[in-house]
Amino acid sequence: MPHINVDENLPGIRALMAFSPETATPMGELANALLRTNEVLSMAERELIAAHVSYLNDCFYCQQSHGAIAVCYLDGNNDLVEQVKRDYVNADIPDKLKALLAIAGSVQKGGKYVTPEQIEVARKLGATDKEIHDTVLIAAAFCMFNRYVDGLAANTPTDLASYPLRAKQIAEKGYGNHIFSSKQPVPENA
Amino acid sequence: MAHIQVPEDVPGIRSLVMFRPETGKPLYDLAQVLLRGESPLTQAERELIAAYVSNRNETMFCMMSHAAASRHLYGNDKNIVDDVLKDLQHSQVSDKLKALLNIAGKVQILGKEVTEEDIADARKQGANDREIHDTVLIAAAFSMYNRYVDGLASFTPTDEKEYEAMGKRMAENGYVLPNNQK
Repeated sequence: MPHINVDENLPGIRALMAFSPETATPMGELANALLRTNEVLSMAERELIAAHVSYLNDCFYCQQSHGAIAVCYLDGNNDLVEQVKRDYVNADIPDKLKALLAIAGSVQKGGKYVTPEQIEVARKLGATDKEIHDTVLIAAAFCMFNRYVDGLAANTPTDLASYPLRAKQIAEKGYGNHIFSSKQPVPENA
Repeated sequence: MAHIQVPEDVPGIRSLVMFRPETGKPLYDLAQVLLRGESPLTQAERELIAAYVSNRNETMFCMMSHAAASRHLYGNDKNIVDDVLKDLQHSQVSDKLKALLNIAGKVQILGKEVTEEDIADARKQGANDREIHDTVLIAAAFSMYNRYVDGLASFTPTDEKEYEAMGKRMAENGYVLPNNQK
């Protein structure tokens, strides 16, 4: 049960956003600026970083949600997403993305864990300043989103079939306050 | 030196949001709503939570600047800030704020560290849902800002006087994107 009195029909961060729409607005804008652009990093790569960091932070709701969104962008390749979450080093992804995921993993522990050597490796593999910047900020932002969701013990749906439905909604319309103010998607057989 | 090429001599997060204003705007908007918007917690208390979390994350830039903002907002009671940063348990803050700072400290470690007992204790001291919500989100947000600032190794001034001026500006003007300021 959540630590504060929120709408019990809304899952995860959606209930918290509905409780506090004033803070939800910039958080949704941040998510859109970071995750809904293909500038330098694709939307799929951005969601993979988000899902990996959420996995490291052991935030079930966020890792399932962002994993499912990445699956939408990767033509349903759920195996790849699961592999990147748990063991990206052995995943079939470009070396540059692996170097960026290593930086994201350091950020998850604490900003000071990022080393000049990690940055150097990413650069040698072709990463630009903007890619490094966005990787660090996506990882940092999920250290916020994950703590917000778990710190208030937000409702976490255990029905895994519900995550792809919400993911589709995000893949089509992006982030923003519509995710709590519009009707929640429900499985057809529910 | 910062890990990426940002404007030189511009300190901390300011240099990063100048590098990438697309993300800088929502980051500043969030700080403004959280620390200056409506809340049952005073602005001084909210800045103190920000400084407390930044101190635990050892992010000098955020700790020094938000502590300075909090001192400015506390006015005559500004010693509270250094008391809390030195030793929360023996500080002179109210039991309610102590309980909320305890929750913030748990969030700094990880969301799941917050227990039913932590929440019950805060409620017993009079904290309501809104205060608990705002405390958790401020602590979570500074777990982000701190990592952003340190993860890119942005410039951290060492002169305390500089932070005093920064704190005054933050207290009086709020969070305004640097390129909007003359």
